[in-house]
Amino acid sequence: MVWMAKIIQANGRHLRRRLLLLITILALNSFAGFTAPVMAQAVVADLSDHLIAVTTGFAGTKLLLFGAIEGEAADVVVVVRGPGEEIVVRRKERLGGIWINRHKLVFGGVPAFYHLASTQPLEDIATDRILARHDIGLDHIRLQNPDGTNGELSEFRDALIRNKQRIGLYPKTNGQITLLGNRLFRSDIYFPSNVPTGTYNVTVYLMRNSKVISAQTTPLVVSKIGFGAETFAFAHSHSAIYGIIALALALFAGWFAGWVFKRS
Amino acid sequence: MQIYLPIAELSVNVFLFLGMGAGVGFLSGLFGVGGGFLMTPLLIFAGIPPVVAVATEANQIVASSVSGALAHWRRGNVDIKMGVVLLIGGFIGSTIGVWVFTLLQGLGQIDLVIRLSYVVFLGIIGALMLVESLRAISRKRKPGGKRRKLHQHNWLHGLPFKMRFRSSKLYISALLPLGVGIFGGILAAIMGVGGGFVMVPAMIYLLGMPTAMVVGTSLFQIIFVTANVTFLQAWQNQTVDIFLALLLMTGGVIGAQLGTRAGAKLPGEQLRSMLALIVLGVCARLAYELLVRPDDLFSIGAAMGHG
Repeated sequence: MVWMAKIIQANGRHLRRRLLLLITILALNSFAGFTAPVMAQAVVADLSDHLIAVTTGFAGTKLLLFGAIEGEAADVVVVVRGPGEEIVVRRKERLGGIWINRHKLVFGGVPAFYHLASTQPLEDIATDRILARHDIGLDHIRLQNPDGTNGELSEFRDALIRNKQRIGLYPKTNGQITLLGNRLFRSDIYFPSNVPTGTYNVTVYLMRNSKVISAQTTPLVVSKIGFGAETFAFAHSHSAIYGIIALALALFAGWFAGWVFKRS
Repeated sequence: MQIYLPIAELSVNVFLFLGMGAGVGFLSGLFGVGGGFLMTPLLIFAGIPPVVAVATEANQIVASSVSGALAHWRRGNVDIKMGVVLLIGGFIGSTIGVWVFTLLQGLGQIDLVIRLSYVVFLGIIGALMLVESLRAISRKRKPGGKRRKLHQHNWLHGLPFKMRFRSSKLYISALLPLGVGIFGGILAAIMGVGGGFVMVPAMIYLLGMPTAMVVGTSLFQIIFVTANVTFLQAWQNQTVDIFLALLLMTGGVIGAQLGTRAGAKLPGEQLRSMLALIVLGVCARLAYELLVRPDDLFSIGAAMGHG
């Protein structure tokens, strides 16, 4: 990169030269920082936004994930994982003619949200063993299993994923990643209106010959913002006052409607 | 147009919920029931978490009952003395009801008990009302038919603590309306309703109150019982969604006013048979869900929910 500095020097414009030099140094520095573990450098990615603001008018949103890969052609897999939660799965049984909840299992560490996108179908990218090791794909989500027989566990686990898919928090089909000239990639990630709040992890895996050769994780925060968020906070911090306000509103609304209709 | 509900934690269509509020509010004004037994299942069908639906519905019933009760008040159709006795029962009943609710929640069967109580109570009351009102209609069509006795005396009239309720032209034991109030209060807490759909028929058939008085008096009592439930839910469980309540109220108060006016023009017996059919319809829908094998035998929920 010394040639760059020389060209700039030849230019003779001091201010511009200094500025460019600074940029070059900064670029070199950050480059060096990234290259230190040689393997980890092969993929760089970012999101169009690192904060999803759930405002009063929120109706779901779309983020753009974009990035570039280094070196030979490879596949890219993107996994978005929501914060972990405890989920109880219940099974109905018929008793005396009616269907009632009889049996339940509680799973821990269940991602509140899960999204997956890849450049090719997963089975063409890596073996099940590799995918399982890196927790990629709905079949491989790592859960803290409760006690139970193997058959029972897998049945309840399938039911958990099926129910999450129904409410749109787990994907029914995997998303697409568009690869441009084997270097640049982009993918749209859709978040529905019922997206849970919390800190998410967006992980980009670079895979070649059925191996993960590089991975990068970016945080994403889903947070309530604005009047709705303040309402939620107030309802929890001053619940008694909140209750009185709710009552006052209802009494006023009822009285006001009565008054308006009496006049008309 | 979408709006995000901060407590229910999801985004809903404003007009859908305004419409639901107006429709149920109309029926509420027409029949003098709080409308909760229709609105709570509707909210759950629309994807609102059941705990939020029950608590927010109580808040909305406060508003629709106030405007409904005011309209009846102006026509002199509220028996305050009767209302106060019912109310004392209502407070006792809802306290017992909340205690039973917590007990059942611990056993993990609150969902089933809610559904079963809906099916049982709506079924019995709907059938009774339908039979009774159809009989009354057919009696009217046959002129010269046997006139019903004003009061049918039985053991209920032998109870102590007799009280005179002038507005309702009754001289009955105070234990009767107190008992009705307690019963309505228990159901209000367990089923997330105002309790009007049980109290209205109980007041007509058990207490023998004039139909015109029943509607206003039950609305008067429901205001205070649902206010109690709203405050307790907001305070203890943080499940009252003010945004959702405002949407339902806006639609609801307008609907209730229109309903009250329409009710004044419609004949009482036709009104009663219409309510009976609606009650039976909701009952059949809920019974169907309990009896038919569900699409998915499994359901999921947060292990450590809000309440």
